[in-house]
Amino acid sequence: MATQHAPVSTGHDEHPAHAEHTHHPNYVRVYVFLLVLLLVSIAGPELGIRWVTLITAFGVAVWKAYLVAKNFMHINIAPRYVGLVVATCLVFMVLFFAGTAPDVMKHEGLRWEKPQDWQQAQTHLPDPEQGHGEASH
Amino acid sequence: MSSARPIATTRSAAGMPTGRLAVWWVIASEIVIFGGIIASYVMYRLSHDSFARDAAETKMWIGAINTFVLLTSSLFAVLGHKAAEEGDGRKAANMLYLTSLGGLIFLVIKTFEWADKISHGHTLSSSPFFSFYYLAAGLHALHVAVGVLIMLIVAQTARRNLELHRVELIGVYWHFVDIVWIFLFPLLYIAK
Repeated sequence: MATQHAPVSTGHDEHPAHAEHTHHPNYVRVYVFLLVLLLVSIAGPELGIRWVTLITAFGVAVWKAYLVAKNFMHINIAPRYVGLVVATCLVFMVLFFAGTAPDVMKHEGLRWEKPQDWQQAQTHLPDPEQGHGEASH
Repeated sequence: MSSARPIATTRSAAGMPTGRLAVWWVIASEIVIFGGIIASYVMYRLSHDSFARDAAETKMWIGAINTFVLLTSSLFAVLGHKAAEEGDGRKAANMLYLTSLGGLIFLVIKTFEWADKISHGHTLSSSPFFSFYYLAAGLHALHVAVGVLIMLIVAQTARRNLELHRVELIGVYWHFVDIVWIFLFPLLYIAK
């Protein structure tokens, strides 16, 4: 496996683009692979099997994002702290989800409940003829 | 008036050129913005059956074509970066023009798609799903439009073999916009 080195600027380069040389993989090959993954993400859900849809649509999306970040954005040869900053932001996203999801996804808790929302959930929500909107809370 | 290059353009105290550091900083903040929207969408999608019904109104093939367009434009962007590193400003500029064309095609398709949705009564306020749909896809489209504008400006200077490092910077931003769409596509068009 080829070793890649992070590009280093001398700090006095007049033309940094000339001074630094990124390792360039075969971009066309990466692109073709991304298109194959796109076809998989389209074909998978056609089977109508829930877990296949989850894997082919969302699992493949994560894979495609990884390939773009690694091969096109070259995050793998950026300084280590760049990856840490990006990862920190993703962790914040997970924390946001974990902190607010119970309020949104649950209809009752230890000392609270959402009567109207609960009722809507029980009846599988509104008749399309009466409008698309769900009641706001 | 001095014509010297700003010191921040060339210094690299952080281990990389300041411009590239700034782009990564922008991307980090964008992750929080788009991540928040996507996380909110997932919460509602999992807990409200009406989302599945409304999501069925979106056409997967339109999302798939737009994904293809953005992936292709990302290829041109990274080929532009490679050309810039080789000192070929004209080729880098041409690649950026092709990337911009991809962005414009994406926006045109999005315009027709939205016009169709609105004509069928699916507006920003018609349902929670379409509120998320227009917010997420609209914010993303705004990033595409801004990216195209910046790319055309960068291409103008790159064509004259000037400021070639900017080709990489706009490319990194463009790839991020591509990644956001990679996640929006299954969320808005596939998961029904």
